[in-house]
Amino acid sequence: MAWEVVIGLEIHAQLATRSKIFSGASTAYGAEPNTQACAVDLGLPGVLPVLNAEAVNMAIKFGLATGCTIAPRSVFARKNYFYPDLPKGYQISQYELPIVHSGEVLIALEDGRSKRVGLTRAHLEEDAGKSLHEGFEGVTGIDLNRAGTPLLEIVSEPDMRSAKEAVAYMRKIHSLVRYLGICDGNMQEGSFRCDANVSVRPKGQEELGTRTELKNLNSFRFIERAINFEVERQIDVIESGGQVVQETRLYDADRNETRSMRTKEEANDYRYFPDPDLLPVEIGEADIQRARAELPELPDAKRQRFMEQYGLSESDAGQLTASRELADYYETVVEASGGEGKLSANWVIVELGGALNRDDLDIADSPVSAARLGGMLRRITDNTISGKIAKDVFDAMWRGEGDADAVIEAKGLKQVTDAGAIEAMVDEAIAANPKQVEQYKAGKEKLLGFFVGQVMKASKGKANPAQVNELLKKKLSD
Amino acid sequence: MSVHDKTVSELAAGLAAGDYSSEELTRACLQRIREQGSALNAFITVTEEQALDAARVADQQRAAGRAGPLTGVPVAHKDIFCTRGVRTSCGSRMLDNFVSPYDAHVVERLNAAGMVSLGKTNMDEFAMGSSNETSYYGPVKNPWDTRAVPGGSSGGSAAAVAARLVPAATGTDTGGSIRQPAALCGITGLKPTYGRVSRYGMIAFASSLDQAGPMARTAEDCALLLEAMAGFDRRDSTCVDQPVPRYGEALNRDLDGLTIGLPKEYFGEGLDADVARVVDAAIEEYRKLGVAFREISLKNTALAVPAYYVIAPAECSSNLSRFDGVRFGYRCENPRDLEDLYKRSRGEAFGAEVKRRILVGTYALSAGYYDAYYLKAQKVRRLIRDDFLAAFNQVDLILGPTSPTVAFNLGERADDPVSMYLSDVYTIAVNLAGLPGISHPAGFAHGRPVGVQLIGAHFDEARLLNAVHRYQQVTDWHTRAPEAFA
Repeated sequence: MAWEVVIGLEIHAQLATRSKIFSGASTAYGAEPNTQACAVDLGLPGVLPVLNAEAVNMAIKFGLATGCTIAPRSVFARKNYFYPDLPKGYQISQYELPIVHSGEVLIALEDGRSKRVGLTRAHLEEDAGKSLHEGFEGVTGIDLNRAGTPLLEIVSEPDMRSAKEAVAYMRKIHSLVRYLGICDGNMQEGSFRCDANVSVRPKGQEELGTRTELKNLNSFRFIERAINFEVERQIDVIESGGQVVQETRLYDADRNETRSMRTKEEANDYRYFPDPDLLPVEIGEADIQRARAELPELPDAKRQRFMEQYGLSESDAGQLTASRELADYYETVVEASGGEGKLSANWVIVELGGALNRDDLDIADSPVSAARLGGMLRRITDNTISGKIAKDVFDAMWRGEGDADAVIEAKGLKQVTDAGAIEAMVDEAIAANPKQVEQYKAGKEKLLGFFVGQVMKASKGKANPAQVNELLKKKLSD
Repeated sequence: MSVHDKTVSELAAGLAAGDYSSEELTRACLQRIREQGSALNAFITVTEEQALDAARVADQQRAAGRAGPLTGVPVAHKDIFCTRGVRTSCGSRMLDNFVSPYDAHVVERLNAAGMVSLGKTNMDEFAMGSSNETSYYGPVKNPWDTRAVPGGSSGGSAAAVAARLVPAATGTDTGGSIRQPAALCGITGLKPTYGRVSRYGMIAFASSLDQAGPMARTAEDCALLLEAMAGFDRRDSTCVDQPVPRYGEALNRDLDGLTIGLPKEYFGEGLDADVARVVDAAIEEYRKLGVAFREISLKNTALAVPAYYVIAPAECSSNLSRFDGVRFGYRCENPRDLEDLYKRSRGEAFGAEVKRRILVGTYALSAGYYDAYYLKAQKVRRLIRDDFLAAFNQVDLILGPTSPTVAFNLGERADDPVSMYLSDVYTIAVNLAGLPGISHPAGFAHGRPVGVQLIGAHFDEARLLNAVHRYQQVTDWHTRAPEAFA
């Protein structure tokens, strides 16, 4: 039987506010345990939450960027359960009335088509602390630094039909929140994490199959692997006559498998109710306008502009706008190169992209700045160096040997354009290869490349190739 | 020196005139708490050293010409308010070992006003009770008759003020916890509008109902204290940013032209006939002051107690989840595992009434019951509020008994929680509607004090204080002291 996979994602994006969602404590990552937890985060008797306005502003921005409806009135609710890293015995979240709802994003499919994925809602909530197991004997440590960190939980419609689509969707949201500057997207530190709801159904069937929820998917690679594993598992269960049980399953990356955590029957009754310590969040037109004014150019718009403004292909524009940092880098290169859109795109995607990949570096850590790369491209267009020599210059810049001009100067890579010098080398090449000259004149015109090679070799690659070509053609036809 | 019978404003005048220093006054109060207070069990913690230090600071401020109207006047705080460096127990074994690292907003404000805190007063556990019998530290006794309860939950504060151990105290009121003990102990107690006083640092019972207020002998003293306690605090999102009137300046306004409503539901079945006679006499006094009365109807009054006993337990079941034995408070011995730690810590440290309300609230919020209980109760709450708002279109204030009976005897209702709950019928609706209410002494029935409650429109505390002050100018019920504590 042919099966159809149905996937919906719940993404938790940690909002990049300086202080926590309901207290003034810092959200900085990596501090000594419990040094960034104030009385409110500790849930001391008598303390009260006060909503961080910036978290609201960030949620509005996300809503605007995804075509969501911004709720004029949303409500914080308490999700009640006991856990040692949950100081109050409840998490403040949003339940019936989320801050934004009913939006969508477009994801690019492998065949180049794009697909709409619906966003059910995104709501604000506080993160819990962490239980620490390492370094303790017989007890568990608790670190409440993360308690109260603002999260935006982004819930998609069950619109994805493969693990690859799920990854494309997650990458899209990842790119978007970073563009918006509302989340640093750091998956190792847990700033961006995801749970996946996965089910299968016979192709053509309308009704959804029983879903399982996969937890702890903290990299793009794991999401794809976990979903693929889970899909296989569910199909196996059904095809061998069993039934999928609605449950929460944990992905184990080391063993590449999912394991049951708890079934629906074991699930908590969270006893949600509106938090009486917080007023409803009221968002007016002025708040929306302010957020809109702060919105940067978003990836889809930027891609379109790159195609129009720089004459790039959709694929190149898509690659360059995948992250805001890369797009900014590219535009700086273009500017420094004197407006060379296509040349800049090639260099950023191929040479720089390759080098970053090879050395496993992020664009932000590139040893070659955008200004230097652009400066080097200028030396190609003004014929100081050839494109081939430029690769050597780029490698030298990558190793930290200064900017393009310094490298060209130090290594004597300046292109030879002096007509007399080139003519001498051309004459020498013709004189040294009479047999080839004969063949060329007899009609074997592709030997021109041989002569160019001889001249370039003699010039150590520095002769201007165009000039060499032209002169060779002229002399060989004499 | 006989300072114990003086009111806050009289003491303020005496301090200003140099009749005594704050240190002398504080020593006198502390001595009285030691010698005469112990029989009442009104205090959980007396902070002698801190009190004397604060008194000396107050005297220095006065000497430096920086004294305000409350500088150097002693006060006591209900043990629900967090006080830095001092045990804050909330009347529970759960917090018997809890020393707060910070001061509640109300404590900060009264400290800043120069008041001298003598200690922390006894209360029903987590403010859940109407008789002070649920306290881990044992019941408080009514100074008028030590066989009787003082009311609750602010019973320690009420008894301490009534017995002249302290001129004023703070209280909190979720369903009548300031007004009912004020009535049963023969003092004046004000529950302000919800949002008038910051709840920051006040240990939560039912967050949408809790409100702090002053308890003293007179409306004038309540006005002085409220002015210091009230005001915007950004740490409490439900605190309203509205200017605080000079309550003292409005006290003497004429009551001519004031219309007070008498809800017929407050004078019906269940009201003790002798209590009713005292209330009628008070109405006559107000009439003599120029007040016009008219009958009104608050038709959903009977629904207030059931709605309250869904909403308050629901909120408390969540608010009390933080007491889990993990970070502070009571922890059971040698827990086997996490679940054992939770179950035994909470099981051993919470008393029966607290457990009952947590269970009721947990049930009311459970999947499948939420709509039938919690949501329905919220709808009732809106109806009750609408009743009051409609009434305030016709009248300026509302008057009735604070409690249907006088103080009952210790143990009399301890085994019958429902009859205990029903005794709060006149006070609970006021919390559900978020309105201000004040109880003042108006006479005696069965030899025990009777309180009259006045209810005002939102943020109309000034008018409540004004009416009661004028009443107290022409009556002397508020000056009566229990014989043993005169």
